Amino acid sequence: MPALAVDWTYIAQNFFSEIVLRGVWMTLQLSVIGMALGILLGTLFALARVSRQPVLRGASLGYIWFFRGTPLLVQIVFWYFALPQAWPSWAPWNGQLSPFQTGILALAINEGAYMTEIVRAGIQSVDPGQMEAARALGMTHRLAMRRIILPQALRVIIPPTGNEFIAMLKNSSLVSLISVRELFLVAKLQYSSTLLYFEWLIIASGWYLILTTIGSVFQFWLEHRYGAASFGPGAGRRWLSFGAKE
Amino acid sequence: MTDPAPGPLLQLEDVHKRFGRTEVLRGITMSVAEGEVVAILGPSGSGKSTLLRCINHLERVDSGRVLFEGRLVGYRDKGGRLVEAPEAEIARVRARIGMVFQRFNLFPHLTALGNVMEAPVHVLGLSRDEARQRAAAVLERVGLGSKLDAYPAQLSGGQQQRVAIARALAMQPRLMLFDEATSALDPELVGEVLAVMRDLAAAGMTMIAVTHEMGFAAEAARRIIFMDEGVIQEEAPPAQFFSAPATERARQFLRRVSRP
Ligand SMILES: Nc1ncnc2c1ncn2[C@@H]1O[C@H](COP(=O)(O)OP(=O)(O)O)[C@@H](O)[C@H]1O
Ligand SMILES: [Mg+2]
Repeated sequence: MPALAVDWTYIAQNFFSEIVLRGVWMTLQLSVIGMALGILLGTLFALARVSRQPVLRGASLGYIWFFRGTPLLVQIVFWYFALPQAWPSWAPWNGQLSPFQTGILALAINEGAYMTEIVRAGIQSVDPGQMEAARALGMTHRLAMRRIILPQALRVIIPPTGNEFIAMLKNSSLVSLISVRELFLVAKLQYSSTLLYFEWLIIASGWYLILTTIGSVFQFWLEHRYGAASFGPGAGRRWLSFGAKE
Repeated sequence: MTDPAPGPLLQLEDVHKRFGRTEVLRGITMSVAEGEVVAILGPSGSGKSTLLRCINHLERVDSGRVLFEGRLVGYRDKGGRLVEAPEAEIARVRARIGMVFQRFNLFPHLTALGNVMEAPVHVLGLSRDEARQRAAAVLERVGLGSKLDAYPAQLSGGQQQRVAIARALAMQPRLMLFDEATSALDPELVGEVLAVMRDLAAAGMTMIAVTHEMGFAAEAARRIIFMDEGVIQEEAPPAQFFSAPATERARQFLRRVSRP
């Protein structure tokens, strides 16, 4: 049986090399910052989506329609190459935004569209009686959202958000296209010069698996802490310690 | 702290409300004086809940006026034309009107104490210490002084409804609205909630209670309002209403429910 021509020693030697670790770090930064901004955008657009203002609802729908309906890869290229060309006068685009920053922007805006739907579903999963009770107590819509509705919506929001984060870890490789040296671009540059395709793809995939596994464990933990069953005995206490100052 | 201006605490003038094509309230005129306890009776679907929800502007009225403490609720009078009031202004009125729901609507992510403290802290701006003291006191008053740290899911229906009453009382409202506060409870738990409502009535709280508990209505209310098909059919002191109802509709209704 012919041996598989893979140089395992080479893989082992390079797995923790500085250049790889830099790529891993870049991937992590893109994913964590992109996700955090995506959650923020998603929450804002979800609030717009359930508001009484038709203009806000429309804006939110349009946002989802566009950014869920076009490929992330196209959006990345659009932000980095097309928009600065079409609209050179807008300062931030005048070569001021680094590829890294543009990459985060693209990932965040794309993620925000998915998170909008997730947060909206979470908000709408809360019994309307909760908003009624809050308003009857003299809370404004905004206060009731923040103190009463969103904390309860988290139960429904957290599980799919974990999935989104894991997808984000992998999707971040698309910003290699605008020369952000994240994990995949590092591997690509290496296999292009060494022609050790298999070895470098194993190194990259190995790291993606490590990152997504950590993400999954974190997701599992979060779900059990805040997402799982209802607000039974004990569960509530943990809820309390999550958001409140108590 | 009584209103210097004489006149009823609450006044409704020819209130109309429709959902789509059905007119649910068809010209409701009534008033409630400070300290009065009014029971609203009527068959299911007659518009009782809608009426309560119009009082604190959870529903917008289509025409007519609601006045609380002599001031228009939910609207501003701009030279004869009514425009909806800003949200903060409506919220301030609601903060002075307590409401208790059939299905409790407690906040499941907060303890009993947390439920009761929430609005005093975030709406009235009380310090947490003040709010905690006030919340503990009202929970004590409804007999739940030992359940401060319990979550709604750990309480019986009767206990949950008493927390909901305490939550409303902690805002020190001038008017309490009860929408079938005992209808969702197992029969053996109804008594504890009615007892709290009776105590409140005896203490002089102004109350409007939609109820199917004829005993409570007969004993605690000063006045019965009987509604059917979006109209007040009859308004009378309980003794008169239960012994000699004036309308045929009320007689029919009373035949179907157990008399006190
Ligand atoms: N939000 C709503 N949308 C449409 N119809 C409603 C709404 N709320 C109540 N209704 C209708 O209005 C009528 C009166 O309802 P309600 O005030 O709840 O009566 P009651 O409390 O006396 O049983 C019912 O026919 C009900 O179906
Ligand atoms: Mg009702």
